[in-house]
Amino acid sequence: MKKRVIWFLFLLLFIVHQDFWWWDDAFLVFDFLPIGLAFHAGFSIVCAILGWAAIKYAWPHDLERFAEENNDEENAI
Amino acid sequence: MTTLIVIILYLCLLLGLGFFSSRLFRGTSKDYFVASHSIGPFLLLMSVFGTTMTAFALVGSTGKSFERGIGTYGLMASISGLVHAGIFFLIGIRLWAFGKKYGYITQIQFFRSRFESDGLGYLLFPILVLLVVPYLLIGIIGAGKTIEPVTAGAFTEIFTNPTAPQWLGGIPPWLTGLVVSLVVLTYVFMGGSRGAAYANTFQTIVFMVMGVVAFVYIINGLGGMEQAGKVPARITEKGIIVQDYQFDKTTKELVKNEKPKPIGRVTDSNTVDLSNKQPHLARTPIQVEFKKKNPKTGVISSFERELGIPFITFISYFFIPLSVGMFPHLFQHWLTAKSAKAFRLTVIAHPLCIMVVWVPCVLVGVWASGVLPPGIPPPAVLSAMLNLLVGDPVLTGLLTAGVLAAIMSSLDSQFLCLGTIFTNDIVIHRAGKNKYSDKQVILIARVFIVVIVALTYVLAMWAKNANVFDLAIWCFSGFSALFPVVFAALYWKRATKEGAFASIIAALISWLYFFHLSGYGGELVIGPGIIPAAICFAVAAIAMVLVSLLTKPPTEETLQKFFPSAKKL
Repeated sequence: MKKRVIWFLFLLLFIVHQDFWWWDDAFLVFDFLPIGLAFHAGFSIVCAILGWAAIKYAWPHDLERFAEENNDEENAI
Repeated sequence: MTTLIVIILYLCLLLGLGFFSSRLFRGTSKDYFVASHSIGPFLLLMSVFGTTMTAFALVGSTGKSFERGIGTYGLMASISGLVHAGIFFLIGIRLWAFGKKYGYITQIQFFRSRFESDGLGYLLFPILVLLVVPYLLIGIIGAGKTIEPVTAGAFTEIFTNPTAPQWLGGIPPWLTGLVVSLVVLTYVFMGGSRGAAYANTFQTIVFMVMGVVAFVYIINGLGGMEQAGKVPARITEKGIIVQDYQFDKTTKELVKNEKPKPIGRVTDSNTVDLSNKQPHLARTPIQVEFKKKNPKTGVISSFERELGIPFITFISYFFIPLSVGMFPHLFQHWLTAKSAKAFRLTVIAHPLCIMVVWVPCVLVGVWASGVLPPGIPPPAVLSAMLNLLVGDPVLTGLLTAGVLAAIMSSLDSQFLCLGTIFTNDIVIHRAGKNKYSDKQVILIARVFIVVIVALTYVLAMWAKNANVFDLAIWCFSGFSALFPVVFAALYWKRATKEGAFASIIAALISWLYFFHLSGYGGELVIGPGIIPAAICFAVAAIAMVLVSLLTKPPTEETLQKFFPSAKKL
């Protein structure tokens, strides 16, 4: 369930990324930062938060254990 | 001259770091190729981030926003924050796990094993080389274009044939490319992947800090944040594009022009009212015609440019950052990780690091539209702004060192990775594991790296006028077209050897076709603005699915190896 929520948020962010609502808006936030750029800078911060959430709620513990137990390096390649 | 001394000191410092990291080298091939899986979270973040950010990030992003405006950030940076982090999480950790478990050093070893095919490696090797080489060229070309303007006037009697007359006496691109190649070669040669990780970390810190410092000084040069916001070029009621300000070099202040200076005109737009709009601050596409003065002949000519980003192009750029899933040099960095937990910091901080580097660069490019002539080559915009607004030679030297740091932190990983895949996937694979001693293996890798550096240098001199941003996009497009192969290999049990062959061949043919249509490296969009990467990706994905479904599934042994039971994995 938690993994599905993370996937849903990922897809939601992809849609939000298109931000056609500010496509033609040249308004300056704090008189220097164009709103379209400010939005996408904020988007980068939200991506970092999603990354944190993915690690907290969807971390591949099984995969980690699989990699650490009895390495088969000698037989592999 | 002072600027040049600062840059030389930086390069010497880097060589010193190379000698230091070579002392930590354990002498084994595993240490040379993947640092004995010993790299922790911070070094992994810095080396992965430093590797993905090259001349493309600093020089290319500033130049592209100078051409197209703020849409550059959404086009490449913010979507990369989302997609890269997703790939590190979904692809990177999984590949690291298989690499650690089964001892893979290269992508090709993984694919050969997963798809039970030797031939796949021989098909993939030249394609990976073909795609990494343009990435290397970006670095060397970008370095050359950065150094010449900032060292202009230093050696007027030696370098008398500059790229542009105002850069007389500047270090020519061929010399910069040569020095940068030799410095990177030296520390990669000595320290291998551990040396590259240390050098990357140092250089990534340098270019991030210097980027922020440059940004602050450029803002000061423009008279503060609020003033900077007014600087970008503006469209008048009559559709003329004008610059309202100019930088007075005597008083070192930004002054308002008595009369706005016309630099071009709008030739086509869907927006009804453009008057008093600053087109670089929005993303609506408009066609403009600029005037350009040939610096050598003084003849004024016109050229067309599209400002803004078409909406379809913006969406289809989603496919470009998928390329990191197939970068062979990134695969190698992933394999250096000490544990899966080492990835955590990278997944969280990578989008933030992108923001720290790209937002200032995009803003500088936008502001440059109001003070630099529109005909200036886009890759030269950043250094031209530093030259114009900062002026102080020591600071300019440090800031230029920051740009070089970004470039070299990618070059090292790419050189090393080509040496690694050649040695492991061709030489050792053909000769057998026991034919060469560990020392001989390292020697083979080093010799191949020297050959690749020399070849890349020659190619960079041949393609010296290529647009850094466009060349990078072609390189990324090729890798993203290969993305279905790695994704299917990891997440689709039914993916077969034949499906992988078909997907790779489809990716290659479609990519070569569009690359040819672009005139070998130019900007190209299909139909309403779809970028070729999207089509190449779709073709490769369809080929993978169709051919896999029509052919025999992988053996049970392979499936158990790569898709262990849910309980175990």
